[in-house]
Amino acid sequence: MQPYLDRVLDDEQVREAEAHLDGCEYCRRRYRYEVSLRRYVRTAAAEKMPAELKAKLAAMRTPLQ
Amino acid sequence: MSEPTQTEARRIAEEARDRVRFEEEALDLSDQVFRVARHLVGSREEAEDLMQETYARAFRSWRSFTPGTNLRAWLLRILTNLNIDRGRRQQRAPQTTSIDEHGDYYLYNKLEDAEPKPLDEERVIERLSQGSIVDALAHVPHDFRDVLVLVDIGDFSYADTAQILDIPIGTVMSRLHRARRILKGELAEEVAS
Repeated sequence: MQPYLDRVLDDEQVREAEAHLDGCEYCRRRYRYEVSLRRYVRTAAAEKMPAELKAKLAAMRTPLQ
Repeated sequence: MSEPTQTEARRIAEEARDRVRFEEEALDLSDQVFRVARHLVGSREEAEDLMQETYARAFRSWRSFTPGTNLRAWLLRILTNLNIDRGRRQQRAPQTTSIDEHGDYYLYNKLEDAEPKPLDEERVIERLSQGSIVDALAHVPHDFRDVLVLVDIGDFSYADTAQILDIPIGTVMSRLHRARRILKGELAEEVAS
């Protein structure tokens, strides 16, 4: 399930996984659940970088001659 | 001006231009780097310190970056190394075993139990609050969390993650699996409490 979700399978393996999902209600539910959990982690964890930090990093650049 | 001096002047000018380009590109990526950094350490302050150290080092050793390769991964590699070097990580006693044993569907079941009638999987997740993820992630032991944060928040491939953390791809996959299980367990605990 994990490599399929993370899109690291080759075409043949993807076909196999999808054929299985088509016929297995349990795995389909699990798949939908895993996808939404991942989406949740990504969006809920998104924290914007403070503008002051960005300014500090920018100030660390080499001064132009 | 003699010939070698001209060549030298051109070389210096080219290097200055490459350097400016490198620094601009690195700075453009800083939001994305911060998003990952924030969850590799415990607090926002630590993340900010780590970002400054990372960029100081990156700007200093910019020549060791190979143009055309993944700059974001290169920056994260510096950042994770600094994080380990400084020993900032709070080693946690591995008390996650019981949570881990609950298995993949534990959170789902826990969330579903709280509802009078069965919900769609997507709806179940919506019951989790924004803040619970930050706490839950902070409770995942760092070796596992690093992999989870790089793949799920940083959107790095297994191969990039393996390179950033200097571990084999197989280890990335097994730690990721374990990390997600632990995370689900932690989220379930929060829902239950």
